[in-house]
Amino acid sequence: MTMHDLPKHHPGDELLVSYAAGELNEAWSLLIATHIAVCPRCRDRVGTAEALGAALLEDVSAGELAVMVDDALERALARATELSEQHDEIPRTPSIMTKSAPVLPQPLRDYAGGDIDSLEWRRLGSSAYHVPLVAKRGAPTARLLRIPGGTVVPEHGHNGLELTMVLSGSFTDDGARFARGDVETADVDVEHQPVAEAGGDCICLAVTDAPLRFRGPVARLVQPFIGI
Amino acid sequence: MHAQALYVDDVELVPPVRLMPRRGAGIRVSRPPAGSASGKVKNGMQMKGPDWGEVLSAVAAHDKASFATLFRHFAPRVKSYMLRLGSDDSQAEELAQETMAMVWRKAGQYDPARAAASTWIFTIARNLRIDAFRRANRPELDPEDPALVPDAPPQGDAVVERKQNAERVRAALAALPDEQRQVLHMSFFDDKTHSEIAAALDLPLGTVKSRIRLAFGRVKASIDELGE
Repeated sequence: MTMHDLPKHHPGDELLVSYAAGELNEAWSLLIATHIAVCPRCRDRVGTAEALGAALLEDVSAGELAVMVDDALERALARATELSEQHDEIPRTPSIMTKSAPVLPQPLRDYAGGDIDSLEWRRLGSSAYHVPLVAKRGAPTARLLRIPGGTVVPEHGHNGLELTMVLSGSFTDDGARFARGDVETADVDVEHQPVAEAGGDCICLAVTDAPLRFRGPVARLVQPFIGI
Repeated sequence: MHAQALYVDDVELVPPVRLMPRRGAGIRVSRPPAGSASGKVKNGMQMKGPDWGEVLSAVAAHDKASFATLFRHFAPRVKSYMLRLGSDDSQAEELAQETMAMVWRKAGQYDPARAAASTWIFTIARNLRIDAFRRANRPELDPEDPALVPDAPPQGDAVVERKQNAERVRAALAALPDEQRQVLHMSFFDDKTHSEIAAALDLPLGTVKSRIRLAFGRVKASIDELGE
């Protein structure tokens, strides 16, 4: 990969910090973990955020420091022995080296049940397709979206935060271009109308906090059916 | 990433650049950890506690005395972390022991080129906490994934850099304005979403996010200064 291919649009640092803190729920974690697989810049930033967690862990004042039980050290060593008996160094499954790297990086591939060719796309609205990945009632959702090149996504607003990461193809939105690895962030202040660029399909991982708000009577009419 | 466990023996001496106040940020040395020599200033040089990376490599060779040193420092801190995040005393004690058991068992896998020892221990504690509460899956990066875009080759001595990073991060954290350190602290220790932090501080959500970004940006900048 050359510099040219590296992502140019990144998730906000506040999300990288929450990911490092272990405070993001499943759908957001999936997007961040997938993004950092293809973005060395953000992977490095997550590393810095983890170092920040370590610094906060270390900087507990003596007065606030918890006290361990007397035989804690011996118990920990006994536990370590148990652990190594339970699963002694499971050898890593060697990665299957194919001619080309998969389109879906891990951990996304596990959620999708395979790479891009093995997906079972479902129709979404009149021209798009999707694969729901994380869909729990009341929690943020994650899905793969496939939008044919040239398609205009109906203009919509957001009741919460929406992050969209491009996996293949590209889209433009308000003058900015988003290609593989790029993440677009849209929140309650944003109303937008992304357009998949002509050429191939645009495949994205989309995570939303809350249902989108489509504008216009037709879009509003289809919303209950398309369910984003 | 492929660096051998290179341990330099001169890291007792903090580079003088650290002692020079930066523009707009009075350097304050963070509070010394209990029971270590850290924080004592002698001849203008800060004397540090043990080099945790070296202690960890002795632990990897099953040196119990080194493990005891590591345990005395980190176990109470990990327990404090668990207590802050809502564990009761016995659960926090268990999780701290479990963390240290994992440290003993996995010390051989620690790669000093990737992270400082304290950061590595923090990530073990964090992951055990997430597992223990099972509130949500936390999808994680797979460093062996063929779709992973690799880091640029490290420049210079990555091992020294990581160790100094840990020092830098602590100094940068101590130099932050209180309101910025507070949101970082809450991000890691209060088990709250950004919205919940905003509600607790009676601030708009946007302010909380921008404060976290600003605070993180300063910490990141203090590390990047070193690399150049």
